[in-house]
Amino acid sequence: MEKDLNQEAMLNDIVSRLPAFGKERGNLIPILQMIHERHAFLHPDAIKMVGEYLEMAECEVYGVATFYNQFRFHPPGKHPIKVCLGTACHVRGSDIILENFERKLEIHEGETTPDLEFSIERVACVGCCALAPVAVVDETLHGHMAPSKVEGLILGFEIEKEKEEREKRRHESGQS
Amino acid sequence: MPRINSPAELEEFRKDIISKRDPNKPCIAICTGTGCLALGAANVVTALKEEIKKQGLETKVDVETKVDVRETGCPGFCERGPLLVIYPEEICYLQVEPGDAEEIISETIVAKKVIDRLLYAAPGTDNDEKIVRESEIPFYKHQMRNLIGNNIKIDPKNIDDYLAVGGYSALVKALCQETPEQVVEMVKNSGLRGRGGAGFSAGMKWEFARKSPEKTKYVIVNADEGDPGAFMDRALLEGNPHSVLEGLTIGAFAIGSHEGYIYVRQEYPLAVENVGIAIEQAEAQGFLGKNILGSGFDFTIEVHQGAGAFVCGEETALLMSLEGKPGEPRPRPPYPAVKGLWGKPTNINNVETWANVPLIINNGADFLSSIGTESSKGTKIFSLVGKVNNTGLVEVPMGITLRDIIYEVGGGVPGGKKFKAVQTGGPSGGCIPEEHLDIGVDFDQLAKVGAIMGSGGMIVMDEDTCMVDVAKYFLKFLAGESCGKCSPCREGIRQMHKILNNVSEGKGREGDIELLEELCEATRNASLCALGGTAPNPVLNTIRYFRDEYEAHIKEKRCPAYVCKELIAYYIDPDKCTACMICSRKCPAEAIVGAKKQIHVIDQEKCTNCGTCFEVCPSRFSAVTRLSGEPVPPPIPEEERTIVRKSEKK
Repeated sequence: MEKDLNQEAMLNDIVSRLPAFGKERGNLIPILQMIHERHAFLHPDAIKMVGEYLEMAECEVYGVATFYNQFRFHPPGKHPIKVCLGTACHVRGSDIILENFERKLEIHEGETTPDLEFSIERVACVGCCALAPVAVVDETLHGHMAPSKVEGLILGFEIEKEKEEREKRRHESGQS
Repeated sequence: MPRINSPAELEEFRKDIISKRDPNKPCIAICTGTGCLALGAANVVTALKEEIKKQGLETKVDVETKVDVRETGCPGFCERGPLLVIYPEEICYLQVEPGDAEEIISETIVAKKVIDRLLYAAPGTDNDEKIVRESEIPFYKHQMRNLIGNNIKIDPKNIDDYLAVGGYSALVKALCQETPEQVVEMVKNSGLRGRGGAGFSAGMKWEFARKSPEKTKYVIVNADEGDPGAFMDRALLEGNPHSVLEGLTIGAFAIGSHEGYIYVRQEYPLAVENVGIAIEQAEAQGFLGKNILGSGFDFTIEVHQGAGAFVCGEETALLMSLEGKPGEPRPRPPYPAVKGLWGKPTNINNVETWANVPLIINNGADFLSSIGTESSKGTKIFSLVGKVNNTGLVEVPMGITLRDIIYEVGGGVPGGKKFKAVQTGGPSGGCIPEEHLDIGVDFDQLAKVGAIMGSGGMIVMDEDTCMVDVAKYFLKFLAGESCGKCSPCREGIRQMHKILNNVSEGKGREGDIELLEELCEATRNASLCALGGTAPNPVLNTIRYFRDEYEAHIKEKRCPAYVCKELIAYYIDPDKCTACMICSRKCPAEAIVGAKKQIHVIDQEKCTNCGTCFEVCPSRFSAVTRLSGEPVPPPIPEEERTIVRKSEKK
């Protein structure tokens, strides 16, 4: 139920922002980027909406959206993890970092954990090659990564979450 | 911000800015480029500002002690960030932390004393050899920083800083003293070649677009810096956006265009932000828009964000993307100069090419043509990364040797490892081995040894880098980025990657090398655009110089660099293991069996070959060894694992 509400809010948000863009084809990618920036993924209904707005076939919008790496079609986890696999990171062992995240979270790159906490993505160079290997968790960039740092990072989030839940429980029991 | 309507007004305004700036007043310039931000530069800035407030230095009227903090773009030395330079003394502090702020203000700014521990010290030297001034650090000393040198002097969000260093004077000169033809001629005579990869003469490109009779023409900045391992365009756009805008505007004037685009990767949010602010400020002051500086010339610029596709760095694919289509290249001719964006003549140059234009107009064509080699003029920015001591951005004159870049500027290979190769030109480039390190770096010399200049990525590799793995890495990247429009590229790359994968997994067969060479030939000759046309480079090039490594993988099932996971194993030498438990605690796969006083054994079934145990085993034991091409000895029986210490034996 809550999900449907969220979805409706999202679509309303998109509808209200479309008129800021002209109806030229050249605005397709900027529109998709706007949606992506606000909602982190492209919902099928959002794609349909963009197609109608620009008077393009839905499949054509899909064609463009799937061509580019930026766009994803499923909601990411609460903490998106991006592992850089650029050349500089590669020669300093970034695939081992990716593997460690995958093993630790028991998902593959491009997937989200069942509890929607984490998702893993691979990216090709975030331009911080001097700090290789690099991983971006949430918006924070972590340089000079090592397999043991992976564990620490995730443990940090888990502790944080546990603390929050304990607070919540205490709060609830206090109220009742 | 006043609008400036004539060259005279600009000079007046500039004088005013400069007169308000006392060159003797202390100023802390701190890098807040993407690299230093990642290392925590923002916290250092906050700490410095708070400290200035605390020590009452911000309200003092007398200019001697009032302190400015300038947040600048990247000056290049990312390895030692966050870094800052204190003017007027030009004291350079490296790896600064928020906790250092108090001392910096009270010691260096107020008491004029240098803090020793924050200075540069060459790796492996003692404290006596510290270097105070930025320009004397070896990393900088061997560079020629015509383009990137201004980064530390400019707050990219403040146009006044750019004007204070002479900004927009080239635009005035072009608009008011030269004809468009003269500008084209100047750029042609300077010998400037495109910095995006192919190295085509910028002046000639401009001339083609200039000569087209069409009324509507476009100019575009290609900032889709897609080569993994390259970030000089990001640093220029982030750190000195006005220099790119100025170059672009001059180009538009020369070609006869009134609309420009900056196509920048969305992966560079700070560059997008800074260039957006720069455009706003330039418009407000009359350097962009209608009747620029009263010359009657109109020009506007729009920013378009790329959506993450490597192929969009190719100019025809970039145009498709700007038009809102999938970025698939189309055959040339017609070249964009004839038929480009929306079918109109279009001139596309790389960020660094545009940034060179104001230098040429200000100082004359000879300024650029006097630097460099016969065929390649001026300087080039490289991003020097990988297995090298001083990683970061380096700007050097064309013709400098690779050896000088890697050893003089870069400080050599860390950890006493042996240099193996340097990779230039991104995925379309090649690996250059030791024997060619003394070639002068320019477009043609690099091509001669089978590499390319590309956009300027330079990745140093040492003995721990496997060349088959490098070729596999690039082909995997290219297979993912091939747009799929033409089959030689789509299928050729995929098949090559498959073979390389087999070789790296020990499934290589006799004849694989020859088959790879054949595929390379076909892909190179038959692909539609440069992505496919140059995709075989990393394969051909590694076969050319490192054929023995391929043969070791295929014939002996051995990876000489201990990289290819299927061909290596880690093993703990029972005679050396002291059961210190460091490796078993650090192992991320829980693959090490062992306890106190029990010799550790790696469970080969569980081991993922990540190499953590090899890294952490203390060097005085060196018990963990790597094996390749030989069987792993069976684990010693459990009853023999107990370690009896000498003291206990007695």
